[in-house]
Amino acid sequence: MPWAPIVIAEDHCKGCELCVTACPKHVLALDRSRINVLGYHPVELTDAAACTSCAFCARVCPDAVFTVWAAPREELQR
Amino acid sequence: MTLHTPGPESPAPGASAARLIYARPEVLRDRSTHYCPGCGHGVVHRLLAEVLTELDLPAHTIAVAPVGCAVFAYDYLDIDFVEAPHGRAPAVATGIRRVRPEAFVLTYQGDGDLAAIGTAEIVHAAARGERITAIFVNNGIYGMTGGQMAPTTLLGQKTTSSPFGRDAALMGYPIRITEMLAQLPGVTYAARGTIADVGSIGKLKAMIKRACQVQMEGGGFAIVEALSNCPVGWGMTPQQSIEHLKGPVVEAYPLGVIVDRGAVAQPTHDLGCPSPAHPEA
Repeated sequence: MPWAPIVIAEDHCKGCELCVTACPKHVLALDRSRINVLGYHPVELTDAAACTSCAFCARVCPDAVFTVWAAPREELQR
Repeated sequence: MTLHTPGPESPAPGASAARLIYARPEVLRDRSTHYCPGCGHGVVHRLLAEVLTELDLPAHTIAVAPVGCAVFAYDYLDIDFVEAPHGRAPAVATGIRRVRPEAFVLTYQGDGDLAAIGTAEIVHAAARGERITAIFVNNGIYGMTGGQMAPTTLLGQKTTSSPFGRDAALMGYPIRITEMLAQLPGVTYAARGTIADVGSIGKLKAMIKRACQVQMEGGGFAIVEALSNCPVGWGMTPQQSIEHLKGPVVEAYPLGVIVDRGAVAQPTHDLGCPSPAHPEA
């Protein structure tokens, strides 16, 4: 399983895309192939390696769906 | 794609643990809100939860919920709440302050609640210099009832009750209520922020924190206005509403700290009900 810096509480996501706009690395997008319990397309991280853990997504999210981690040192050196 | 993130309880074996950058504050209950997608109320709730946690206040807080979209705030924030009648949050908070002088008293109101039906209550609570912290979420519309015009609606803005846009000749001008309150000497802190972008959200959080600290330091009335969006009421996508917020809304309601009279103890908050210990008072 690849390491990912972001955990998304998908069932709270309302697909407003504010995080998609805020992400400076453009690595967030709605997953149009799935629908969550609220009936929205949840957001997903499209490129875990490009994410810098800046947490901009978490700070603009009205539904607080993001938990953000900085990569362990081993991951950064990879 | 399945992704794995090591949590604090399960660090990757043999590796240095991942460092937590951001997590949902515990005070914000782990449940979905009834707010529309992209609604700024969620951000303000989260900032409030973060600030209360940082100041170690949740156990000492008595908050007053409004009528409006934020009517269910007590379902989302894990602190003690009293539900006030429409617009009467400052009056209820005044009562709480008088009987529980040691509590941290917070009101959370929208613009239809604070700036329309509750104008008298907020003005006189501020004039009395009540030692309460007011969070005022201004999205310029009555969101809950279907997007009618509010006193804070911008000139020219179309709502369900001003379908041709707000006309000053017919409907008057929007009220800058925070500036109005800031001139009262009982107001220790008045500021306006917005949820429009990451930077502004950080500044708004600092304002909310300062407004809470004012109360903790024994200052008077503190109010923070959070300019917010209402994508559904404005008839926009969340992105469009944020752009609108950054443009005409911020132009009509300038951001920044309007007044900060420091933590000057206000004599007014000692003039509560006569104490049983001093029946002659």
